Amino acid sequence: METRKIEVPVMADLFAKGEKPEYLFWVGCAGAFDDRYKKVVRAFAKILTHLNISYAVLGKEETCTGDPARRAGNEMLYQMQALQLIEVFRMYEVTKIITICPHCFNIFKNEYPDLGGKYEVISYLQFLNRNMEEGKLKIDTDSLKNISVTYHDPCYLGRANDIYEEPRSILKKLTGNLVEMKRNRSFTLCCGAGGGQMFKEAEKGDKEIFIERTEEALNTDAKVIATACPFCMTMLTDGLKYKNKETEIKNLDIAELIAQSLEL
Amino acid sequence: MVKQIVFAITLLVTIGIFSYTVKRIVSFFKFTRPAFPIKDFGKRISIMLTVAFGQTKIFRKPVLGFFHALVFWGFCVILFGSLEMVIDGLTGSERVLRFLGPVYNIIIASGDLFALLVAISIIIFLSRRLFFHIKRFEGTEMKRRSHTDANISLSFILLLMVSLLAMNAGYIGYQTITEEPIYGIYPIGTLLFNLLPDLSAGGFRLLYEGSWWTHILGIFLFANYLPYSKHFHVFMSVPNVFLSRLEPLGKLPNMDSITREVKLMLDPATAFAAQPSDAPVERFGVKDAEDASWKNYFDSLACTECGRCTSVCPANITGKKLSPRKVMMDLRARMKEKGPLMVKNGRDFSDNRSLLRDYISEEEIWACTTCNACAKECPVNINQPTLIVDIRRYLVMEEASAPGELKAVFSNIENNGAPWQYSAEERLSWARDLEMNFK
Repeated sequence: METRKIEVPVMADLFAKGEKPEYLFWVGCAGAFDDRYKKVVRAFAKILTHLNISYAVLGKEETCTGDPARRAGNEMLYQMQALQLIEVFRMYEVTKIITICPHCFNIFKNEYPDLGGKYEVISYLQFLNRNMEEGKLKIDTDSLKNISVTYHDPCYLGRANDIYEEPRSILKKLTGNLVEMKRNRSFTLCCGAGGGQMFKEAEKGDKEIFIERTEEALNTDAKVIATACPFCMTMLTDGLKYKNKETEIKNLDIAELIAQSLEL
Repeated sequence: MVKQIVFAITLLVTIGIFSYTVKRIVSFFKFTRPAFPIKDFGKRISIMLTVAFGQTKIFRKPVLGFFHALVFWGFCVILFGSLEMVIDGLTGSERVLRFLGPVYNIIIASGDLFALLVAISIIIFLSRRLFFHIKRFEGTEMKRRSHTDANISLSFILLLMVSLLAMNAGYIGYQTITEEPIYGIYPIGTLLFNLLPDLSAGGFRLLYEGSWWTHILGIFLFANYLPYSKHFHVFMSVPNVFLSRLEPLGKLPNMDSITREVKLMLDPATAFAAQPSDAPVERFGVKDAEDASWKNYFDSLACTECGRCTSVCPANITGKKLSPRKVMMDLRARMKEKGPLMVKNGRDFSDNRSLLRDYISEEEIWACTTCNACAKECPVNINQPTLIVDIRRYLVMEEASAPGELKAVFSNIENNGAPWQYSAEERLSWARDLEMNFK
């Protein structure tokens, strides 16, 4: 085993050298700025390196997709962001985009085409699952084998885009003990952060949504809550803190679980 | 002959009133905005077969779903008998479609059997509403009127089923005593005939004729009650499913009018080349009923207030004011209020009220997480989130109104390309000193 520093390839640098990567790895704002979620992005970048994937990130040229603005009703701002990004993608001849954030995935896949931005958009879960099924990504440790894991479906992968089985297929290869919450797959309960709620106080009610969901996750007695979305991670990690469970129960992203199993 | 004339007159009156109602509703559709073009007929037929006729989404609640499916399938089969009754009524014939032979026997036998199954299901539904406290049937939008409406609709169906079974029993009795041939097979009718006390031929004839008239007049009355009831879904749900939005639930419709403006902003050179549009300046988003699309309005007419949407709404579950069912009911109610005024005074008429604020509050609109649980759950493919976002579009783009934190998000995205206040220069900080193990 040898530990080495790795460089994350940046699109502008590659282009300056006349190279063109196969994939654009879309980091997203949470990946770039949220300290907890940066760890998820680091884990996924390691997996990309491990798999020898030809990829690059936009780095400083990345900007918000416009999703939070759009769902909060600011169509004008969304379209300004989108049309500018489509221009950047055109400049770098982007054809395939891998995203980790489900909100970015959804907007690229379903909404950019209306503005002329048509790409092959791949969720990191689809990408990881495909590589596992093709035998390229092999997990030969069983560090997670006996740990019970529950998976929280993000609305924008699940209901919005019907991605339910890939995360489960991955998790079943990592652990022999995948347990489901009462509301799962298309019945999943939102973490409470979608539609712009991430950035604002909730309206008056008698409970926070993220607490309702955290309680449901705790009822499974799982030791790990696996998430696949930066917003869900913020909400459920907060929920664990609120319930004073953050030391006993971990909230980890599927990319982190894989990187951990691969001992990257 | 008298019977035929009476029947023809009642039928004409029924059709007359019904056409008047439908014409009124259609005239309201003229005020709505375009939605999506209707194409992909193959896909639409397949959705109609699975979601509407296969009742797939109703089965998301399997036990009650099963009873509803019985009612729906029963309705489809029994409809055949009702058509025969109309022909019989007009021509003075009896069981005119019997020439279909074995097919006739099968359909009539199923109708007879289903009449009992539907009646049982309806009794279950009615008892749930009358004797149990079901959370799904409660909520601020569920006024006494809604409950009465539901109970009237269910009682109507029960009456139709009981009269159908009584009619069949009377028919069997009369034909048996007068030694006339029985057309069709009636498992439940025969059973009931055996359970009934011995009546004379005349007695059975009276039961048969009386039930026949009760049943058919019940249908006529019910048909004209429905368009004024939440139970209009009997007519609207299958077409609504056929007209479903076919895109993934996560996709919001693009605002092309905004695209034109943004393109002008990004490339001023095209501003000179652009043709001035003749179309009147349209309001961004939805403030009132006429700003909604025809599909939103269609959705609202297809809604039967079952509340499955609200029962899965994360905001509603946690005590917020938002209820997707209420949003649909409000649109329908507002169109009912404003539609006639617009028919009289034109689309631009204002009564100084609007869907937003007089019916739906901003607090409700801002509580939505756009998680699409409501749309996923709706048995007739109503799409609530697109309407909610359209109301947000009005608030933000016409009134510059939004919760303060969201305004901050807008300005952050505008100024530094992220919802948070970080500089783009920091976007690669996660990649600094990234180390990994190689085997």
